[in-house]
Amino acid sequence: MRIDVMKTYKLYIGGAFPRSESGRSYELKDKKGNFIANPALASRKDLRDAVVAAKAAFSGWSHATAYNRGQILYRMAEMLEGRTEQFVAEIKALEGVSDSVARKQVQDSIDLWVWYAGWSDKISTTSGGTNPIAGPYYNFTIPEPLGVVGVIADEKESLLGLTRGLAPVITSGNTAVLIASERLPLSAISLAEVMATSDLPAGVVNILTGSKSELIPWLASHMEVDGIDLSGADKKLDGEIKKAGTENLKRIYRFEKDASLKRILSFMEYKTVWHPIGI
Amino acid sequence: MSADIFEYAPAPESRAIVKLNSEYGLFINGKWVPPQSKKKFFSINPATEEVLARVSQGNQADVDKAVKAARAAYNKVWSKTKPKERAKYLFRIARLLQERAREFAVLESLDNGKPIRETRDVDVPLSAAHFFYHAGWADKLEYAGYGDNPKPYGVVAQIIPWNFPLLMLAWKVAPALATGNTVVLKPAETTPLTALLFAEICQQAELPAGVVNVVTGDGATGAALVNHGDIDKVAFTGSTEVGKLIASSIADRGIPATLELGGKGANIVFDDAPIDEAVEGIINGIFFNQGHVCCAGSRLLLQESIVDDFLTKLQSRMAKIRVGDPLDKNTDLGAINSAAQLSKIKELSESGTKEGANVWSAPCSLPNKGFWYPPTIFTGVTQAHRIAREEIFGPVLSVLTFRTPQEAMEKANNTPYGLSAGIWTEKGSKILWAAQQLKAGVIWANTFNKFDPASPFGGYKESGWGREGGRHGLAAYIKGAK
Repeated sequence: MRIDVMKTYKLYIGGAFPRSESGRSYELKDKKGNFIANPALASRKDLRDAVVAAKAAFSGWSHATAYNRGQILYRMAEMLEGRTEQFVAEIKALEGVSDSVARKQVQDSIDLWVWYAGWSDKISTTSGGTNPIAGPYYNFTIPEPLGVVGVIADEKESLLGLTRGLAPVITSGNTAVLIASERLPLSAISLAEVMATSDLPAGVVNILTGSKSELIPWLASHMEVDGIDLSGADKKLDGEIKKAGTENLKRIYRFEKDASLKRILSFMEYKTVWHPIGI
Repeated sequence: MSADIFEYAPAPESRAIVKLNSEYGLFINGKWVPPQSKKKFFSINPATEEVLARVSQGNQADVDKAVKAARAAYNKVWSKTKPKERAKYLFRIARLLQERAREFAVLESLDNGKPIRETRDVDVPLSAAHFFYHAGWADKLEYAGYGDNPKPYGVVAQIIPWNFPLLMLAWKVAPALATGNTVVLKPAETTPLTALLFAEICQQAELPAGVVNVVTGDGATGAALVNHGDIDKVAFTGSTEVGKLIASSIADRGIPATLELGGKGANIVFDDAPIDEAVEGIINGIFFNQGHVCCAGSRLLLQESIVDDFLTKLQSRMAKIRVGDPLDKNTDLGAINSAAQLSKIKELSESGTKEGANVWSAPCSLPNKGFWYPPTIFTGVTQAHRIAREEIFGPVLSVLTFRTPQEAMEKANNTPYGLSAGIWTEKGSKILWAAQQLKAGVIWANTFNKFDPASPFGGYKESGWGREGGRHGLAAYIKGAK
């Protein structure tokens, strides 16, 4: 009988897979109570490192061509497709769902990555434009990515929860710090492996596993975090998160639909440029 | 400075066109009502310190009454008014504002202290244009990109500042009404009069009672409005400090806010700029409206190779700015809006000197009465100086220098604000490159301080949430659009 090679589930920060600087981890069991893994219990310091990495990656990623970003997101869908079995197994183990339900979730996630991949070079067309101002000026408005966006993964669907949070944020050129589901962190770390092999530049997505109640307050009050998708957080925390976010006027939203342009635009800013017309 | 080449004869606009009441009530449910607080305060002319009128101090009970009126008007009338009819009310308001434009311009100059040249040519015509523009949207909202069936929030609380009293009213009220909301408006404490005159316009337009309510008062009145339990949305223009307080106070309540807050705009002049035009642009960028402009170009970034020549020209131009009677048609720079604002400007300017920058003010004579500050620049300013970091909101320009375009971008973006920026160069590719790098919601290239109802306005970072104007500004008043 062959002994399995078990995976060490670590964090994903700046394109690397470190353990928590705190040295902490927590025990994760499947629905039947069998040991699965010891994911890292990320600390405040890990979160700050993740924000530093995200901030450093912003200039390059936001100035990459939209075509390039779209191809990289599509490449992630390709990688996901090839690793379907791995994700199905992890979803089944933690969510306790049937093979077909788990498979459907993986397929839906892949399709959602593809949907958001195609948006990257259309956002400015649908949501920007020229403005007919009353004077001899050329005037146009374009949406630009916000900066570093915190994404809180939900506790219901491991992989789909990550996809609907991350894909709309990064397709426009933002970089992200994801706080993974506490109960369902395996897909998050496996998704990091997908990112690491999809030409996604280091630091564009950073993934932390651990205690949400410990990490969310630090994310909400961090002055270099520009926005938060709190769809995956407990609704009871909305007020607290928003209050902490007012210190730098973070853009903080909760969304209902998986596939929506609103998810993209909420983490963009409109820039309007004027120039005189004349000879 | 030597004597002026041309002496200007006084050319005062007549104030006879304005008929002020000595006292004003609150405008609630289409009627003038006395304040339940039984308290009044004076609105004065900052250029002379004369009392213009006694105005009501709205308290919590007054705010409650106004919100109830707005709610009833929303439920019973406005939400049932057909969009094309809503549009016609807004068109009417636009036309009435145009008809009474001079009256509004003179009153705005009296109450605010800004020159008649600006109220006549900028504030009032742009206010009318905002209503005209948004009127047309009222029955076309399904084309605006916010779904097939865009819905209003309901009752909107709107709090506006003293720097553009009527224009900020128009920026707030026009889109709110066009999208089908009703409004409770709280004008600034020091400049309530054009909002009260606007209430008359609503009556003349036969706007249904309660659709627009005006509750005057101070910060406590504004707080009572924001904290009222039956408002569906907050729209605020003012300081970043107060904006954060508002954001914090509504965090638990799940109602959205639009915030147009402060700025510390960089106006960047490259060595290949059209220098004479740039000098005019810098002047307009900081001295327009006494510098009481959130998007003012209050930090001048000059490329090192042109510093001496540019500053000589700038100072020579500053010396020709005519400071004085706001009602004089030749006046360029009017009065500072209040004693409180004047002391804030003085305090920050003193910090500039204390921290080691060099101050220079235009040699102009200031009137004895009223609140005045001369056009002033600081050179030798570093990024650490308070005058490079804090919003002065007065006619004070801080001059910094740079060597490379990259350095200019770094300095321009080195602020928690992100409202406006200016670029001066003849090179097209450099303009587009700089416009891409700058973290600001409005970029003026080879121009500055231009506004239009079709052009979205609003800030990045701590300059606020959302946009006003254009298709993008409509999102602020359509439920679920943002």
